[in-house]
Amino acid sequence: MNEGSRKSDLRDHDLDRPTLEAALEQTWKTPSGLWGMLATVDHKIIGRRYIFTAFIFLALGGVLSILMRIQLAQPEARVLGPDRYNQIFTMHGANMMFLFAVPVMEAMAVYLVPLMVGTRNIAFPRLNAFSYWMFLAGGTLLWVAFALDMGPDVGWFAYVPLSGPQYAAGKRADIWAQMITFTEVSALAVAVEIVVTVFKQRAPGMSLDRIPLFVWSMLVTSFIIIMAMPAIMIASTCLIMDRLIGTHFFNPAEGGDVLLWQHLFWFFGHPEVYIIFLPAVGMVSTMVATFARRPVFGYLALVMALIATAILAFGLWVHHMFVTGLPRLGESFFTASSMAIAVPAGIQIFCWLATLWDGRPVFKTPLLFVIGFIVTFVVGGLTGVMVASVPFDTQVHDTYFVVAHFHYVLIGGAVFPLLGAVYYWFPKMTGRMMSERLGKWAFWLIVIGFNLTFFPMHILGLQGMPRRVYTYQPDMPWYGLNMFVSLSAIILVAGFLVFFIDAIRSARRGAIAPDNPWDAPTLEWSTASPPPSFNFARMPVVSGPNPLWEQPEIMAVASGLRTDRRELVVTTLTKAIPQAREASPRNSIWPLWTAVATSVMLIWSIFTPWAVVWGSIPVAMALIGWFWPKGTPEDES
Amino acid sequence: MKERVVADLSRLPLHGMGSASMTWWGTLAFMLIEGTGFALAIAVYLYLMSLAATWPIDAPRPDLLPGTIVTVLLLVSVVPNYLVARWAEQQNLSKVKAGLVVMSILGIAPLIVRMFEFKALNVSWDSNAYGSIVWTLLGLHATHIITDLVDTLVLAALMFTRHGNNPRRFGDTQDNAMYWNFVVVAWLPIYFCIYWIPRL
Repeated sequence: MNEGSRKSDLRDHDLDRPTLEAALEQTWKTPSGLWGMLATVDHKIIGRRYIFTAFIFLALGGVLSILMRIQLAQPEARVLGPDRYNQIFTMHGANMMFLFAVPVMEAMAVYLVPLMVGTRNIAFPRLNAFSYWMFLAGGTLLWVAFALDMGPDVGWFAYVPLSGPQYAAGKRADIWAQMITFTEVSALAVAVEIVVTVFKQRAPGMSLDRIPLFVWSMLVTSFIIIMAMPAIMIASTCLIMDRLIGTHFFNPAEGGDVLLWQHLFWFFGHPEVYIIFLPAVGMVSTMVATFARRPVFGYLALVMALIATAILAFGLWVHHMFVTGLPRLGESFFTASSMAIAVPAGIQIFCWLATLWDGRPVFKTPLLFVIGFIVTFVVGGLTGVMVASVPFDTQVHDTYFVVAHFHYVLIGGAVFPLLGAVYYWFPKMTGRMMSERLGKWAFWLIVIGFNLTFFPMHILGLQGMPRRVYTYQPDMPWYGLNMFVSLSAIILVAGFLVFFIDAIRSARRGAIAPDNPWDAPTLEWSTASPPPSFNFARMPVVSGPNPLWEQPEIMAVASGLRTDRRELVVTTLTKAIPQAREASPRNSIWPLWTAVATSVMLIWSIFTPWAVVWGSIPVAMALIGWFWPKGTPEDES
Repeated sequence: MKERVVADLSRLPLHGMGSASMTWWGTLAFMLIEGTGFALAIAVYLYLMSLAATWPIDAPRPDLLPGTIVTVLLLVSVVPNYLVARWAEQQNLSKVKAGLVVMSILGIAPLIVRMFEFKALNVSWDSNAYGSIVWTLLGLHATHIITDLVDTLVLAALMFTRHGNNPRRFGDTQDNAMYWNFVVVAWLPIYFCIYWIPRL
């Protein structure tokens, strides 16, 4: 079919470089103006948007933590009342986990994975657009509800019976549960895109043992998302049904069970930790190699550690439930599996240390954050091994010791590498360098501020201070340390302010970045900063794990792709042998309409179950509009 | 950076079929998501059962007939489904058209019987936790039948338009057939749970 267009097709090898780039730009560009903005499917634009939005949520969540620290600085403070405080700590946790940590990691992947594997767009680019709109709608739902004094107040894990129909009147818990649906839909969509991008769109020659480690980490993370997130969707759906239509999943009086909630939640919730942590690990492996000026030590061991962590992640959830009175044998098993996770974590740390040891480290800001990460994460990991033991956990459960522990692993283990990654990839994303001077300020303020803020919380926990209390009495021995923590938080906040100021300032006025400012080895640095809409004018061909170091002067490429059709190369799963010149969809407004229709249905269904019936009709219509062929060259086959 | 052309891709096909197709992998990934969802829903069923003194809780056992009819219909549908997938692979447009019409009917038929299945459960979703989970299992699976039915209907309509005769549509037909197989296979353990575990 389509003989006419086939005759007139234009191949890249017929064109000189400027003409080729102009032709590709014509085919791949996102038109300027509002419509172009809403209809774009460019993974770089969507990725940037995703990252930006996630950092807005980080800032908002940070404001909540400041409010909590003001309230807790002194005993019997009256800055916040108990009801507002409940909403604030719930919002802080839910916001940081579901609207910042997971989305920001996936967002980095949305931007970077297609560039790192050498392709022109992410797999299922319209799904990618849809995913962003869903994320935005879910985040907006949560924060608008909070502004209306309807914010959830049941903790970020919304334990029943507190969140059930009996104790949580009104719609606050439903807002939490439906925000979950929004964010999980968007996270699952991105996970599928990344799996297929990594499986099928790698540059010719990029066999499994040549995949950059950040890409490996995102592949493994995506599989964890795919296996873990259905648990929370089932849990939150059961909760909504208990609250709305009178099912009894969590009602012991009618054969339900409250611990069922905890099992379902933590079957998701523990892998969630690795959904946040493994991408950070991939960033660290990538940055360590670049700044140690040698390939990473123990590539295979690092990949195996990622996979081992992912498998173990599903056998740990009960360690969140040690005080619920489960059978002793079960507790012993989960203690053992929880401690076993230290093995792959340790392997990775030794590989990074070996890389630095044998390399010639260049101490730029990204590497500083990596070193800050290694130190802080080891501290968090050690307290992790401590709370894996049942007797110890029984003592510190629900105290500030646990608060300290998970902030060490989440901020130290994931946010530090992320900030390093922002400094590292900022030049690629914006075409401008961030400031080394401000970067070092941000690093030291954040690392020192973080440790001064969170280390004393271990002691507060050991002194018996429970988490989630809105105030405490003056006769408790917690006053001094709480004041110290709150004052230290000022340093931490100052560090983040410096970081934000640096990012905003550099985006406008930073030094112009060359294509490869760090002399890094992976493919994203072989194209312009920022990359053109089509990423690569000719498809890169890879013959090793560090292509830009192995062939520093000349890039091996493949030609023969059309320029009038959005074309990319599909390759085989293991060896990445080219199979097809597959089409990539054009810009489309339908993902936005689908997200709007889905949002209406989901929010409406907080109030009536019939929303699912009537609301699904516009969703179906939007989906049909989405998939109906448009007769563009991309539909040829 | 200078470039050296080392490969010419101009002879590659414009679209990959089977495992060379991205939608094939995407469909697999969504099957993995939903398969995990089904597995967890069944786990919830077994968990609640393990806590209950009697199972079913305060309700007669569900009637076998409608659920068994649905099972038979679904199993029978696998045969034409297999044929449609094969015709799609051979890119035989007229047979694919006919096959998709048959598959549309075979998608509607079990849905009609399923309406009677809910009544045959002999318990309401709001009676107790047993009622809640059997209704949820049945509803979750019904949603999957509806989803694939809508997909089949749209695809069938598409085949009768000018967009029909295109390897992409045949690939879509194959993916749709694969997904229907998943819907059928996912039903079997659910059928066993709902109807036979209370009889063990």
